[in-house]
Amino acid sequence: MNMPFYVSPEQLMKDRADYARKGIARGRSVVVLGYDRGIAFVAENPSRALHKISEIYDRIAFAAAGKYNEFENLRVAGVRYADLRGYSYDRSDVTARGLANAYAQTLGTVFTQESKPYEVEIVVAEVGVNAEQDQIYRLTYDGSVADEQGFIAMGGAGEQITAGLQERWTPGMTLGDALALAVDLLGHDPAGGPARTLSGKQLEVAVLDRARPRRTFRRLAGPLLEALLNSEDPTTDVPAEDDLAPGRHDTLTGQNPPADKRESNPS
Amino acid sequence: MNLRPGGGDGRLPAAFMTTGSSSFTEFIGAHAPELLPSRRLLPVGGTFEAPHGTTIVTLTYDGGIVMAGDRRATMGNLIANRDMNKVFAADQYSAVGIAGTAGLAIEIVKLFQVELEHYEKIEGTLLSLEGKANRLATMIRSNLAMAMQGLAVVPMFAGFDLPTMAGRIFSYDVSGGCYEEHDHHSVGSGSLFARGAMKKLWHTGMDSPAAVRVAVEALYDAADDDSATGGPDLSRRIWPTLAVVDADGLRFLDDDTLASVVEQIVADRRGNPGGAR
Repeated sequence: MNMPFYVSPEQLMKDRADYARKGIARGRSVVVLGYDRGIAFVAENPSRALHKISEIYDRIAFAAAGKYNEFENLRVAGVRYADLRGYSYDRSDVTARGLANAYAQTLGTVFTQESKPYEVEIVVAEVGVNAEQDQIYRLTYDGSVADEQGFIAMGGAGEQITAGLQERWTPGMTLGDALALAVDLLGHDPAGGPARTLSGKQLEVAVLDRARPRRTFRRLAGPLLEALLNSEDPTTDVPAEDDLAPGRHDTLTGQNPPADKRESNPS
Repeated sequence: MNLRPGGGDGRLPAAFMTTGSSSFTEFIGAHAPELLPSRRLLPVGGTFEAPHGTTIVTLTYDGGIVMAGDRRATMGNLIANRDMNKVFAADQYSAVGIAGTAGLAIEIVKLFQVELEHYEKIEGTLLSLEGKANRLATMIRSNLAMAMQGLAVVPMFAGFDLPTMAGRIFSYDVSGGCYEEHDHHSVGSGSLFARGAMKKLWHTGMDSPAAVRVAVEALYDAADDDSATGGPDLSRRIWPTLAVVDADGLRFLDDDTLASVVEQIVADRRGNPGGAR
């Protein structure tokens, strides 16, 4: 009879954790941070089609770092979870906390029972009626959940970016300042090389805008994103109304600006 | 239904993690079939009365469509509800109106709305207008057994087609047949009269205020001759539900705008009840 080699549980778990961590560290980083009127998501991602940041429900969004096919699978499961809950109860009964728990159980089970853990780190964020009620949950490959206050960075350079955020992030920042901070930190080289300047085209940026009714998730692109990133431009927040271009209204580009700009009447 | 994630180990059930389908209806059909409107078990033989929704009218104009519905639901000779909404936003670019068994119809509309939003979130793109019309046809088709027991639902679907930049109208029959209509269409108990009115009032080259006026007038004519269709209720200030869909998306007309349209029509028909021109 063949006897398998004995591997202690500690060693087994450590090997799996190392494996997952290595996979995640290869990916580019994602930053999630609160601003005065919502929650912003910034990722270095030149692809327009393969998203790292997505809408889950009215006030809930999802961001991930790591292996695309694995977090995409989790994203779809999250949309199904949220839509099923909203359909059976009510739209207001879909919460980030419930979804974070479901993800935690799933990731935890996969970590201990499947042959290979998921090489992903995900964030589930829900925008509240005010900044105190914003919820940002971070879930790691082994199913552990952390309820973070204000900001999260994950992926390859996660630790350095977190250190930068701890130093420079303040509650009540404007969207323009928050995006500039995130982009500056994403451009730093963890190995100590010269910092890069990331342009709007290399970034995937989205917000959960507290003030919008019903679906609050909007992607930012085009001239609007450039204006927000430019510290000399007066634009500091997204417009209150969507672009009037025919098509899906989930992206704000500022190319068809609505009449009233929010920054002209701050209230 | 398994809303709490997971069976034994608490993880999301396998149905949540399977790849391939971006349809919410297919997902709940596999995971929680009791939530589908058509999976209801009906007692054999017995008939009963449930509230019925009545008349919906839709017409195209240059640059979009207008869909309007009266507010009445009837149960036999009684008025079951005098301010029911029977025109809904299916998504940003389409509207759906319902006639027939109100409870079941509203449930189908609710599922249809989730179906479209679910597809949009999973695929990251809008379903084409014909794709949406066909999804609705599938839902009506699966309701056939109930239609044969007296719980028929006949919807009307219309929206703005982005590739051709024009409004399009789709009608249905109880068996799930889906037909594209041109210019204008109406369903429900008062539809005969509404269609007659629209035939005379609709013309090419209308703008949206003109189309709104034709829609409200068609409903007025339907209510004039059909007891199940509610006319404008000036004392309670209950106006028809009216949705306009154009290149910018869907919007419902507010009460003040509707009040002025309805009051104008009522004034024009004083001494000229048929609205002859």
